[in-house]
Amino acid sequence: MVFLTRRATFSASHFYWNEAWSAEKNQQVFGRCANRNGHGHNYTLEVTVAGKPDPVTGFVVDLKWLKDVMEREVLAAYDHRHLNLEVPEFKDRIPTTENIAMAIWQRLEPALAAGTGAHLSRVRVYETPEIFAEFRGGA
Amino acid sequence: MKNAYFGRRYTISASHRLHTDALSGQENRAAYGKCNNPHGHGHNYTVEVMARGPVDAETGMVINLVELDEAVQTRVLDRFDHANLNLDPLFSGTVPTTENLCKAVFNLLDGSLAPAELEHVRVEETENNFFEVLDEGRGDEGRG
Repeated sequence: MVFLTRRATFSASHFYWNEAWSAEKNQQVFGRCANRNGHGHNYTLEVTVAGKPDPVTGFVVDLKWLKDVMEREVLAAYDHRHLNLEVPEFKDRIPTTENIAMAIWQRLEPALAAGTGAHLSRVRVYETPEIFAEFRGGA
Repeated sequence: MKNAYFGRRYTISASHRLHTDALSGQENRAAYGKCNNPHGHGHNYTVEVMARGPVDAETGMVINLVELDEAVQTRVLDRFDHANLNLDPLFSGTVPTTENLCKAVFNLLDGSLAPAELEHVRVEETENNFFEVLDEGRGDEGRG
């Protein structure tokens, strides 16, 4: 098994807010992230796929194809967008880095499974160079 | 419950000297080279801490960043930042290699991130050298 990772960046705004809570509790739990006017990040996305290199091409997957899938499934929806307001999965889910990693997994997994013998192994999202979340699928 | 992972990077600046009384002076110099300099030397270490757990339905988080920062600050950064590692009791019987520092950081944090669990600690001594200690207690699917 070989693991191949492709990186991409997107810039988006968001805020953290749980509608079931009072304003005070949102402020207490989420701090500055609860500012309803939103704030933004330059996110870095790392997508890792796993598989056996094709005996003819030597590729786990074609990197250009992977780039196109990431752009079509993720970046077209997320880049230069307000995640809370413009991305459907965050209408009722707080766009924390954890939830973004899981949502990107859900967007990519069917597209990647359809294209090749390789499978999605890991999605890592950096909110800043010091803060990141990861999802590896699983039951 | 599906696990997700949340990682955070911190820095500490500390000095150390790699030397063991189990070896002669010559053997220490052979084993540790420049790192055996009697006066010690220092690094800006990067400490990466990753927590594991289900994403809380109310907060969307594996662990609140503020709580993670608090645990790392009080247990690790306050202890090692701007310190001489050789003088810390944790290294009274072991050499403060970055392997051992990584294990020490893991042990100091293990169990302190509840309800999340510690997935790994990675310590980068320089941008070219880094070490990791992984949680080996979990099964293939995690405990969640």
